[in-house]
Amino acid sequence: MLPTPKTAPRVALFVTCLVDLYRPTVGFAALRLLRAAGCTVEVPPAQTCCGQPAYNSGDRADAAAIARALIPALEPYDYVVAPSGSCAGMIREHFAALFDDDPEWKQRAERLGARTFELVSFLVDVMGVERVAAAYDGTVTYHDSCSGLRELGIKAQPRALLATVAGLRLAEMEDAELCCGFGGTFCVKYPEISLRMVSDKVERIAATGADTLLAGDLGCLLNIAGRLTRLGREVKVRHVAEVLAGMAGEVPPIGQAKGG
Amino acid sequence: MHITSPAFKDNARAALADPGLQRALANARTGFVAKRARAVAALPEFEALREEGRDLKNHVLAHLDFYLEAYARAVEAAGGRVHWCETAEDARRTVVEICRAAGARTATKGKSMIAEEIGLNDHLSASGIEPIETDLGEYIIQLRKEPPSHIIAPAIHLNREDWIEAFRTAHAHLPPDRPFAERKALIDEARSVLRARFLAADVGITGANLLIAETGSSVIVTNEGNGDLTQTLPKVHIVLASIEKVVPTLEDACTILRLLARSATGQEVSTYTTFSTGPRREGDLDGPAEYHVILLDNGRSAMLGTGFQDMLRCIRCAACMNHCPVYGAVGGHAYGWVYPGPMGAVLTPTLIGVDKAGHLPNASTFCGRCESVCPMKIPLPKMMRHWREREFERHLSPAATRWGLGLWAWVAQRPWAYRLAARAGALTLGWLGRKRGRVSSLPLARGWTEGREMPAPEGETFHARYRRLAKRGLA
Repeated sequence: MLPTPKTAPRVALFVTCLVDLYRPTVGFAALRLLRAAGCTVEVPPAQTCCGQPAYNSGDRADAAAIARALIPALEPYDYVVAPSGSCAGMIREHFAALFDDDPEWKQRAERLGARTFELVSFLVDVMGVERVAAAYDGTVTYHDSCSGLRELGIKAQPRALLATVAGLRLAEMEDAELCCGFGGTFCVKYPEISLRMVSDKVERIAATGADTLLAGDLGCLLNIAGRLTRLGREVKVRHVAEVLAGMAGEVPPIGQAKGG
Repeated sequence: MHITSPAFKDNARAALADPGLQRALANARTGFVAKRARAVAALPEFEALREEGRDLKNHVLAHLDFYLEAYARAVEAAGGRVHWCETAEDARRTVVEICRAAGARTATKGKSMIAEEIGLNDHLSASGIEPIETDLGEYIIQLRKEPPSHIIAPAIHLNREDWIEAFRTAHAHLPPDRPFAERKALIDEARSVLRARFLAADVGITGANLLIAETGSSVIVTNEGNGDLTQTLPKVHIVLASIEKVVPTLEDACTILRLLARSATGQEVSTYTTFSTGPRREGDLDGPAEYHVILLDNGRSAMLGTGFQDMLRCIRCAACMNHCPVYGAVGGHAYGWVYPGPMGAVLTPTLIGVDKAGHLPNASTFCGRCESVCPMKIPLPKMMRHWREREFERHLSPAATRWGLGLWAWVAQRPWAYRLAARAGALTLGWLGRKRGRVSSLPLARGWTEGREMPAPEGETFHARYRRLAKRGLA
């Protein structure tokens, strides 16, 4: 059972390193959506990265050190929310596994993990949000990012909220649940295989005729946008939060210049 | 079998550039996935069955010695013999000894991944015993002198023209201009050629999908019936099985069988499911005079009690590779040894060493699709990560990677340093991509920019903008 929301839960926004670096608008969209849902949102200043690059490279010691730095920064809040299934999944599903030999930290990690959510699933499943006050004129297709889908069960929530965006039509792609080939360091360690996977993804996106591709994880979005723009395809790529928060007009699509 | 796992990257590159292979893989990707999905949708209790299967195998692994001894006693009671083989070498030697004692010149074989694992065919040939593969896919790759590329569909990397070519070359006694208009013509030809070999064979060698402790039976599932002919026609039947194949009872075997066919081919049950218990008894109409079981460990008992124990639940259904986007892109041969795909990425390093097979657990996006379809709920991504951890501990990962990770981790533990680094990165990349919103070439990220643009950041980091706006009360 999910925790019952208080009237105005105190939420820590974990921005994620990719949003911080590449796409701050997604962080501001998250702020707007969380506040509209009735949360008191703060951005803990001591946050950096969830540690996935180390954890998935087998560098357990560094991943644990990063978790030790991050846990105290996020602990004082009712909930931790990240605009990424992959980073939320790291804290929720994997932090505790880093402390198998340290019961005290393991317990802290477990407690924090249980209160950590991906943005859109938090809005729907915890805050009970049923609709958003946003408009988007276009046909979108939605890519299910792997960690969000398989670790956190995010599938229906973004579609439910997108269905309430005025003017938006959803055209599902074939194999929306198939990996785009990003995989963190995978895309640079095995670039040919990754390229093949993202090329397949791009074909399926194009086949829908949608003018916009949305997803909930910036890693996948950078990968897909990078391939689409290299091929000169006219598909706009955005984080789902930008559309749900009605902020698509504030920043050009990923990989495109202002006015272009 | 020659190991090419260390050259995984080159293998993968070659596979991606091979149009015939890509055509074959495209067909394989869609077929298996759709069939499994239909079979699972038609069985409402499939999820509960997965849990039952997992718990059953966990129970067996916790009491493996007990069930193996019970199984061996039951085999002997039925008149069979069990040969406990610790290593591949032990198993090969034992098989040859049995063949020699039977005066065997040819041995027919049902499909067996254990035979591949121990390199049995080469060893039999070198010992003067001709191995004859009777599974259609195995037969074709034997003609082509190549290893299987998939654990249940060994010739999945081939197209029909490859089959036709192999048959025209190998069956030189048949008219060279005979037509192969339909798939059936190929099957008929294989059947007629193999029928004589079945009848002439002195020894039949099969694998085992299951061993049943209660009855001493071995079980194979096939769709061609070749397994039945392999084990009933010759005077000696040798079963090759690894130790984790044992289950307690017939009922337990049925639990696994219900999961196996659905996960593998999307069938409710395989066309042939054959239970063999000992040699021919008085009054039996057919069956071998001798029944031997080669019980192979080959490193498996050493996995018990480690982070890799869960891998011993594997029932070799191939659902993980059928659903793996990496396997689907490069095929099985790229993995460079017997077991490809996600199950191979976990198992191969235990069998040939992570120093040789290090690429395999790394060549995964951790998309998790393998685990989500695994009938035994094996946490494959978690175990691939275990291997990455072992590599990292043993300093097998590249120096540049370690150095870069170390620097990044140092920064990531210090928010002030992290802010500085992120601001510098966002500014630089943002400036480089300011005109087009993207960058086409980055010397330090060539792997990325060879096939993709690098989208440019907005320019100011989130934290910088948030602080700026917060100071003005606008955040």
